[in-house]
Amino acid sequence: MVGKNCFAIASDRRLGVQLQTIATDFQRISKIHDRLFIGLSGLATDSQTLYQRLVFRHKLYQLREERDMKPETFASLVSALLYEKRFGPYFCQPVIAGLSDEDKPFICTMDSIGAKELAKDFVVAGTAGESLYGACEAMFKPDMEPDELFETVSQALLSSVDRDCLSGWGGHVYIV
Amino acid sequence: MDNANIGIPPKGGFSFDLCRRNDMLSKKGIVPPPSYRKTGTTIVGLIFQNGVILGADTRATAGSIVCDKNCEKIHYMAPNIYCCGAGTAADTEAVTDMVSSQLQLHRYHTGRESRVVTALTLLKSNLFKYQGHVQAALVLGGVDATGPHLHTIYPHGSTDTLPFATMGSGSLAAMAVFESKYREGLTKEEGISLVCEAICSGIFNDLGSGSNVDICVITKGDKEYLRNHQLPNPRTYISSKGYSFPKKTEGTCITKLFPT
Repeated sequence: MVGKNCFAIASDRRLGVQLQTIATDFQRISKIHDRLFIGLSGLATDSQTLYQRLVFRHKLYQLREERDMKPETFASLVSALLYEKRFGPYFCQPVIAGLSDEDKPFICTMDSIGAKELAKDFVVAGTAGESLYGACEAMFKPDMEPDELFETVSQALLSSVDRDCLSGWGGHVYIV
Repeated sequence: MDNANIGIPPKGGFSFDLCRRNDMLSKKGIVPPPSYRKTGTTIVGLIFQNGVILGADTRATAGSIVCDKNCEKIHYMAPNIYCCGAGTAADTEAVTDMVSSQLQLHRYHTGRESRVVTALTLLKSNLFKYQGHVQAALVLGGVDATGPHLHTIYPHGSTDTLPFATMGSGSLAAMAVFESKYREGLTKEEGISLVCEAICSGIFNDLGSGSNVDICVITKGDKEYLRNHQLPNPRTYISSKGYSFPKKTEGTCITKLFPT
């Protein structure tokens, strides 16, 4: 979700195999660099593989360009990597959030074959996605300060996750 | 992708190495198949006196949920050629981006403005190569040295050249408007209002189309991209209070990190 010169990215903490819970502290959101985070929902093995490939490509980029990747560029990279596997996709929906030039927040989500969806307010992904659309639509206000943004994101996440059997066990929220 | 160079960017094209695994997973029923974002759309184009007008709605759906209320379906191909896309969102974006780059390289090579038939041939041969599995249905329009052109391209690679065209799930609703009101030699204002009417008819009568109307007017040497030209679906009854939560959220553990 986007705030005033800041963004928030949040995920739940459950890892499960259909109805059995394997872990209750699973980290779904990973840092690419200080101003860019990616959350990967879906099949855990695909999200780990995809994350490792992205970190690899970002490190190569850093070596070549001697700077960090901009969020817009990174989103195109993720989209290309996912579309490459169009007919045998990764079962993974990424949510990308970052600060681009002049601290302007950038958020984006994709389906599992890389169709980018840029939004100015919020993006959602995962099994509780439909419920999250409703919660965020109702609770979002433009230009929220970081503290207020934290509260809003947490409430939206917790309320949607409470109505979904496959998500739960609290949440991780990153405000940047 | 080969085993030795697993991370190195490949030469291009699709890679099929996860197909066997995905097949096994879907047979075992462990993982539900992913739903792709479609643009269940209304896209239209018509030729008027001085050029081409393209129009599109702005709704993107994933299953029966609207996942983007204001997406862009009119894609840039060349300064004088634009393309509307319906079908699977990733496919339309990828195929139009790719052909747009190929057109740019062709322009550098020949030193001339791109022609609409060039874009048409590149798109149709690409879509035919994948035998319809790349699900992109496109309305391509532009004005080049030989005049205004409008084409439709179907996912399997067949094309039509028409004075007015509609594609997408709302195509029947929009075509009804065109068939009754289109005539040769429309002016720009008449053309724009006819396209708006056709898209609105798609928006209100088709469940897969909605939100706003985007228009692109291409004439010789000039183009106008009217993003959100009409907003027939504003969000009404917004609660002025909003939701505000008191500072404390239960059970949080806050860690502040500063960049190193």
